[in-house]
Amino acid sequence: MKEHLAEVKTLHLGNVSGSRSGGLPEHPAPRPIFSRIITFIVLIGVWVILSGKFDLFHLSLGLISCAIVTILSGDLLFPETRTGGLFRHILPVINYVPWLLYQVVLANLHILYLVFHPRMMELIDPQIIRFDSTLKKEISLVTFANSITLTPGTITMYVSVEGAFQVHAIDKASADPLPGEMERRIARAFEDE
Amino acid sequence: MDIIVVFLIICGLVFFTGGAVGILRFPDFYTRLHPAGKMDTLGSFLMVLAVSLFNLREFSWAAVLTSLKILLIVLFIFILNPTATHAIVDAGFRAGMRPWTKKDKGK
Amino acid sequence: MVNVFLYAGLFLCLLMVASLYRSVFGPTVLDRLIGVNAIGSKTVILLLLIGLIYERLDMFVDIALAYALLNFMAVLAASRYFQKRKGLYEEPPYK
Repeated sequence: MKEHLAEVKTLHLGNVSGSRSGGLPEHPAPRPIFSRIITFIVLIGVWVILSGKFDLFHLSLGLISCAIVTILSGDLLFPETRTGGLFRHILPVINYVPWLLYQVVLANLHILYLVFHPRMMELIDPQIIRFDSTLKKEISLVTFANSITLTPGTITMYVSVEGAFQVHAIDKASADPLPGEMERRIARAFEDE
Repeated sequence: MDIIVVFLIICGLVFFTGGAVGILRFPDFYTRLHPAGKMDTLGSFLMVLAVSLFNLREFSWAAVLTSLKILLIVLFIFILNPTATHAIVDAGFRAGMRPWTKKDKGK
Repeated sequence: MVNVFLYAGLFLCLLMVASLYRSVFGPTVLDRLIGVNAIGSKTVILLLLIGLIYERLDMFVDIALAYALLNFMAVLAASRYFQKRKGLYEEPPYK
């Protein structure tokens, strides 16, 4: 059941599913208690924000449903088994998000210039580029693909488990800087050294 | 405060306009996805930020809660919009649509 | 201030009409899907603006949140559904 859910969750990026443990593990992994606790806290936070009621009835209802969800699928949100690994990633991730926003704004302005240019047809030069990424973990591959799509001028067309990317770029200027800087930053944020 | 809100709304509308015009002007399916999937993301981000700032002009806990919900929308948009774009481009790629290149310009 | 939101909402409606052109006359099915996705992401913002105009933002935020998720699911399901339809496109298959 859990394997099936994990597959559904990562289906949207092509064939990346099932690579975390390579199918069913032979012996059961140590139960990731810590990641379940974090998942529970996140779920409770979302419940409180969405419901907006602080009386006993609604809070206990939230506690019960969050507990059920955590028991059923607690290891989906943070598939990290070791305790220390989670905290080590928080600071670089927080460091990564503003940089991504800055890049998104910069590249959006570029696309805006392209769109309103009267001779747009001569400026754009769509092309497909292929490259291999050195990222290993699933979460960093997903983040990298989404970041590429979010940065205008490039769309991820295909990702494989081994990190082979196919990217559709709208012109030469947005095709050149890949994989480059973004991959290094994601590697610093999500990968184990 | 009002000036910031109006500025953010105008920026968001500019990006939305760019997205709509880009959908109309670009030559093929793949290039149309570029403005559609991403300028809408940034435009939504700016306008949602404006709405959440304007909501906080009179401070109360209910307003803070509503603003948190609005920021949750921002989070969803930033995760879901690239995923939807990727789903569409994957469908086109598997169905065998040919990307437009510079050589096809005569058509 | 309410006037600003009103005109912004009207402008968004205008942009939605522009996107509607693509979703009605788009040459392929996926072009129409792009138009629908663009309209959906504008609708989320429009719902928030309507909430500001009627001063019931706390209610409209929930609707906007549900609409964002629903729009995403519709696009995902439609693109999953159409990716097997090879005969629908005007262009020959591409390796």
